[in-house]
Amino acid sequence: MKKLFREFSKGIRKENPIFGLALGLCPTLAVSTSVINGLGMGLAATFVLLGSNVIISSLRKIIPHQVRIPCFIVVIAGFVTIVELVMAAYFPALSRQLGIFVPLIVVNCIIMCRAEAFASRNTVGRSLFDALGMGAGFTLGLVLISGIREALGSGRLFGYVLFPGYQPALTLALAPGALLILGLLLGLSNLIFNQQTSRRTDEQTN
Amino acid sequence: MDLNLILSIIIGNIFINNFILFKFLGLCPFIGVSKKTQPAISMGLAVIFVMTLSSIITWCVYKFLLVPFEIEFLRTICFILVIASFVQLVEMIMLKTNPSLYHLLGIYLPLITTNCAVLGVTVLNVNMFFKQGQGITGSFLYSALQGFFAGVGFMLAMLLMSGIRERLELVDLPKSLQGIPAAFIVASLMSLAFMGFTGFKF
Amino acid sequence: MSNKLVVQEAPHLYAAENHTRIMWTVFLSLIPAGVFGVLIFGLKSFWIILVGIVSAVLTEALIQKLRNREVTIFDGSAALTGLLLTFCLSSAVPLWLVAAGSFIAIAVGKQVFGGLGQNIFNPALVGRAFLLTAWPTPMTTWPGPKQLFDGITQATPLAKNFVGTSYWDLLIGNRGGCIGEVCVLALLAGVLFLLILGYISWQIPFSFIATVGLFAWMFGGESLFAGKWLLQILSGGLILGAFFMATDYVTSPLTNRGRLVFGFGCGLFTAVIRIWGGYPEGVCYAILLMNAATPLIDRFTQPKVFGVK
Repeated sequence: MKKLFREFSKGIRKENPIFGLALGLCPTLAVSTSVINGLGMGLAATFVLLGSNVIISSLRKIIPHQVRIPCFIVVIAGFVTIVELVMAAYFPALSRQLGIFVPLIVVNCIIMCRAEAFASRNTVGRSLFDALGMGAGFTLGLVLISGIREALGSGRLFGYVLFPGYQPALTLALAPGALLILGLLLGLSNLIFNQQTSRRTDEQTN
Repeated sequence: MDLNLILSIIIGNIFINNFILFKFLGLCPFIGVSKKTQPAISMGLAVIFVMTLSSIITWCVYKFLLVPFEIEFLRTICFILVIASFVQLVEMIMLKTNPSLYHLLGIYLPLITTNCAVLGVTVLNVNMFFKQGQGITGSFLYSALQGFFAGVGFMLAMLLMSGIRERLELVDLPKSLQGIPAAFIVASLMSLAFMGFTGFKF
Repeated sequence: MSNKLVVQEAPHLYAAENHTRIMWTVFLSLIPAGVFGVLIFGLKSFWIILVGIVSAVLTEALIQKLRNREVTIFDGSAALTGLLLTFCLSSAVPLWLVAAGSFIAIAVGKQVFGGLGQNIFNPALVGRAFLLTAWPTPMTTWPGPKQLFDGITQATPLAKNFVGTSYWDLLIGNRGGCIGEVCVLALLAGVLFLLILGYISWQIPFSFIATVGLFAWMFGGESLFAGKWLLQILSGGLILGAFFMATDYVTSPLTNRGRLVFGFGCGLFTAVIRIWGGYPEGVCYAILLMNAATPLIDRFTQPKVFGVK
């Protein structure tokens, strides 16, 4: 049980898809204009990740090694189509907001990476927890970035005005702001998590 | 044939809605292969080639296979499979005919398959140029043009980025910003500069 | 630079020039334009300039302290960035906006890349472009000249609906616009000073302004070859941008051939944005775009090493 929990927790901190592995950055930047969009994207990707990890790990003995990539793609694309149709039927507004980034979950590097690097080599149970952890890490990262962008870029959070009188810096809601905030946050996570190692290298060079 | 639409496809895909800087498609190769100019150029050319031909092939698949059989909901699966097998083919041909180029692109050629810019442009083509399952007049030409010029825009951003990153090797960057974070900050400033093209009138 | 020991190749010529001296000289050469800006737009512009400079310097000091680097705020580069930023702001902007712009200019435009001499983009223009997309309304409201001449709130001469204003008005600055860009004569006095001292070279401004003039003449009018090219050259921030911002040593090419290409690119994008773009002014964006291309221009205009084929 402890082992399974470790599979889960690594996705949130040490191997966080966005900040640790730098995967899945395209949707991260594109949909992080508001927390709702970020959350929707994170949950959709988590669902696909869960489905594909479970199916692929349970079929890992059957899928021939040479054609594994096309097989993975078919499984992933199947789940993405489910998400696409469900979202269009029940959450049409969200589906319009996310636009082409819903079908593009197919080529989200996180899902392919977990299928190739984890699910095709591990048991169903471990793959399940891996998918949950990675999905949670991705969703948390998205919520963090979209929270910052929505708060500073449009002065709102979940659509509510945060500070009356604050004039939002529209740049942060636009493309340059997305790239800037992601760059600075990646730098910040380097600063926090690699401080130990960088201090050691500092001592060596001095 | 609508000349204004063609012009807006060309300018729009290169500058106003640049795939990397404004649509955020294809960031992995953009960050991964832009450390040196030479590989950036080859990667850019490969992407232009794959995007143009993928646009053409998926247009045919959509028009002659998905629409007549009314299975448009299989669009995502069909497109990604077509693109994956097509890229595989290109890879095999390149390995046989031009090993040095193949060597140069290294592991990034297979990654073109999962380059969201390629799937993205094909999905966009269908969204933009098909109305109620019917292609608008000239949709084939528009799709091909959109594929090609989106690739050109990709290559432009890639080329500028590679030049800048070659220079960043020499400067005293803060340690925690080295590598990917600095690349994103540069991309942010580039997209700020490209903002000058917003609101173009033709 | 934290190194105490400077290793250089022979010959070791000594000159009084260093970047501190150059920065303060350029700063000095901009003062006439600033004085006229304050005279034209009122005392508010003085406070804007002051806040811009002070917050730029403070940001620089803060970041250098945080990074454990030597604090070099007296070399004038941060002050110059703040001054140039405020020169391309309208006199109607609130002061907090100026401070935010200076912070972005120094923090994101310069210190992220490691400080003086290492930035890719012109910091002042990074600040301005950020402000323009962040708060478009205050950034594009230009009060007319109030103090020196009697005027009313008016569009800049580049706005599409603009009528009237003689060339003499443009030269002395009797028009709406940003604080430092309106008085062309005062700017040119500073330019003359810098050209005589040899601090700026003619290539970039020449090809920049000539290209804008050419394109404005060809495509700027109702029909081909009927544009008012002199109006396009004298209005907007072209003179300020071409002489003081595009010529920044760090962010422009090293070779003369490269500089001509750089100036041409700046002129081309400026004209394109002015004539067909959504913004009335394109100088800022054009220079930023060419800043991005500078490493590539340097790469392709590298002079051949003597004796190498």
